[in-house]
Amino acid sequence: MTMDVKNKMIDVRDVYFSYPHHNENEAVHALNGVSLHIEKGEFVGIIGHNGSGKSTLSKLLNAIIFPSQGDVIVSGLNTKDHQNLWTIRQTAGMVFQNPDNQLVATIVEEDVAFGPENLGVPPLEIRERVDRALAVVEMQAYAHQKPHQLSGGQKQRIAIAGILAMEPECIIFDEPTAMLDPSGRREVMETIKRLNRDKAMTVIHITHFMEEIVDADRVIVLDKGKVVMEGQPRTIFKQVKRLKEIGLDVPQMTELAYELRGEGLKIPDDVLSIEEMVNALCQ
Amino acid sequence: MSVEIKNLSHTYSEGSPFEFRALKDISITIENGSFIGIIGHTGSGKSTLIQHLNGLLTPTSGTVLVDGKDIFETKKSELIQLRHHVGLVFQYPEHQLFEETVQKDVGFGPKNQGLSEDEIDQRVRQSIKMVGLDFDAIKDKSPFELSGGQMRRVAIAGVLAMEPSVLILDEPTAGLDPRGREEILAQIKSLHTQKQITVVLVSHSMEDIGKMVDKILVINEGEVVFFDTPNRVFTEISTLESIGLAVPQVTYLMRRLKEKYPEIREDIFTVEAAKKEILKVIRG
Amino acid sequence: MLKDVTIGQYYPTGSVIHKLDPRTKILFTTAFVVMLFFLNNLWGYLATFLILATITLLSKIPVGYIIRGIKGLVLIIMLTVVLNLFMTPGTTIATLGPLSVTLEGLKVATYMALRLIFLVVGTSIMTLTTSPIDLTDGMEWCMRFIPFVRRYAHELAMMMSIALRFIPTLMEETERIMKAQKARGANFETGSIISRAKNLIPILIPLFISAFRRADELATAMEARCYRGGENRTRMKQLAFEFRDHASLVLMVMMIVGLYLTTMINIPLGFPI
Repeated sequence: MTMDVKNKMIDVRDVYFSYPHHNENEAVHALNGVSLHIEKGEFVGIIGHNGSGKSTLSKLLNAIIFPSQGDVIVSGLNTKDHQNLWTIRQTAGMVFQNPDNQLVATIVEEDVAFGPENLGVPPLEIRERVDRALAVVEMQAYAHQKPHQLSGGQKQRIAIAGILAMEPECIIFDEPTAMLDPSGRREVMETIKRLNRDKAMTVIHITHFMEEIVDADRVIVLDKGKVVMEGQPRTIFKQVKRLKEIGLDVPQMTELAYELRGEGLKIPDDVLSIEEMVNALCQ
Repeated sequence: MSVEIKNLSHTYSEGSPFEFRALKDISITIENGSFIGIIGHTGSGKSTLIQHLNGLLTPTSGTVLVDGKDIFETKKSELIQLRHHVGLVFQYPEHQLFEETVQKDVGFGPKNQGLSEDEIDQRVRQSIKMVGLDFDAIKDKSPFELSGGQMRRVAIAGVLAMEPSVLILDEPTAGLDPRGREEILAQIKSLHTQKQITVVLVSHSMEDIGKMVDKILVINEGEVVFFDTPNRVFTEISTLESIGLAVPQVTYLMRRLKEKYPEIREDIFTVEAAKKEILKVIRG
Repeated sequence: MLKDVTIGQYYPTGSVIHKLDPRTKILFTTAFVVMLFFLNNLWGYLATFLILATITLLSKIPVGYIIRGIKGLVLIIMLTVVLNLFMTPGTTIATLGPLSVTLEGLKVATYMALRLIFLVVGTSIMTLTTSPIDLTDGMEWCMRFIPFVRRYAHELAMMMSIALRFIPTLMEETERIMKAQKARGANFETGSIISRAKNLIPILIPLFISAFRRADELATAMEARCYRGGENRTRMKQLAFEFRDHASLVLMVMMIVGLYLTTMINIPLGFPI
């Protein structure tokens, strides 16, 4: 990986963060010295069990909260510098878990317009951006609907369109599929992958579903507020035992490969897909 | 307790422009002590169906018999009695918590049943233990200071405390992390085996359902597509896919492997079973 | 079901009234309501009735649907009629035990009833023909001309629009919580008023908690989308007065003058009021 400053989308430097605790004087340490960087155009998956610090990290990247120690640099701008606040939030957009609690307006297209309206974009340009964003998430047909009449997956796609209309360079997805059914999850994942592939959007995807990040460029594993593993999905998922110890899953095929190797079968330890498993077993 | 669903139909907002037929002539029998999985995509009628089993919804036509008794021909007070026997855990049940302490909240159901203080106390202890929490450590805490997974379990304990003979759970693992999912499912499984209660589990995860249940009810557009053992249901890949469902990854794998190993079994849906079958076939 | 309740009661038909700018409708309705209180004889009420009937026909909303809106107010109208009928001093025309009906009472009661009915019909035509979001936009614009309220115009409009957005969500939530508590043996259907009120606690507390959680998450999501109040904010949809709006405003002035003139008419209708 190059350390070229120009290509760096996000740089997190030795960040600590603690939430004030309400009844004891003891603060909850959500992040304990996290350092990582994300390059332009990358698709990075972040996994970790509940309470590992994933959500805290995502909110730091979008300048919703600020590090107690260390620095978060988004596209060359430090989140600590108050002047940068709105530029950072526009540059690194964020999609949240609950589709119901992030849509503001009573009409789909009005909601998509919310971000650019806040940025003071001229009305005609907002119109263009909204139409474009709805086309990217393939929801043009629903422009005049009410959000509460849509399915969970559709609502999340509207939320994505709302971020796209702000023309960010990077989108942080904080468990966007956690509350969806399998078909909703599929449509949202297809949209996210398409953004990264076709629109060269930098994507940071936080999830509990390992299958969603098998084609990521990189996977970062968080545990107890620290980065404990980092690398290509293949090299991460093959460490089945370690992942299970910190309470995470591995994709079914990787687990099967691991089990079969344990029985002495000679197959690679980094199998991720059905195709690879078939090849390994049928050679 | 056995639950017999007879020609059950339910239409929402009948006669209005919003009319929607959620269930169309469903007839199935859930036998005493069985473990049933219900699967179907959102809007297929799953939630509508389970809300009929304890009389929260009234059918447009048809009925439900619990232990041979028609629940919609009973008096209101008897219907409330019925809800003590047929426990229903809704999706995201932690959203129903309201008391100051965990102990009081779990005791809400038994209190509504009119039990004595001693009995309530005993049931609360038992059910909190059943969901894998430490009674003494948690009883005086506010349910709202617990973690998401703990809140979920306290809410499930609140239904278990009523000691239902039939337990229905609507996606009990939604939104939990992998470990949380596994723990909840293991507890449900052990409840079923130890207490021998009838369990109905609604889930989106074919993997979870396949591992646990005796029979799967596949429902689509308010109609029964399959009501059969996992082995049989999971071999119907094309029908399942046509209604927007997918089988576990290992099932797809076995099907692919069949080209090379024709003797391999296809009715496999867990990693464990796949491992055994592959070893058997490869080692001969 | 609870979620069938449509707040704001928008009834789309695509009529010319629907197409009017929301500001035109707000201004027109305001003028109409104010004029109602100047009317002092039946000629005025007759003229008002004709205006309302024309607008109703133009809006293409079924008359039955509008009348249904009055039903909810029947009790209040009746009460007003009865009070005015018996409480107004004047020439007695009939007695009913200790109560007496006066000619003046009859007159005031009739006027009050008509005034209330016209008020309800007039304002409901506005909400029936204007989508909530247009109404909010229109009100935001109108509030800019009211001193003291002016500086909060954007915030008030945003609050209204968010409330409209969350009403269906919270309705569904209420229904779900109610069912969940029923499944735990809660009884909302029988018992005394006090015990029923007490039984609402298991619904209200989870509902409040959920509303607060939603509010918190929504606020975070709004901040993440660069929301910082009304300053420097632009709007995608610009309100624009068109020919029909100008025409309506001319008609509005004519209505005001016309209705005012009716107050000077002194031709009796053939019966005493």
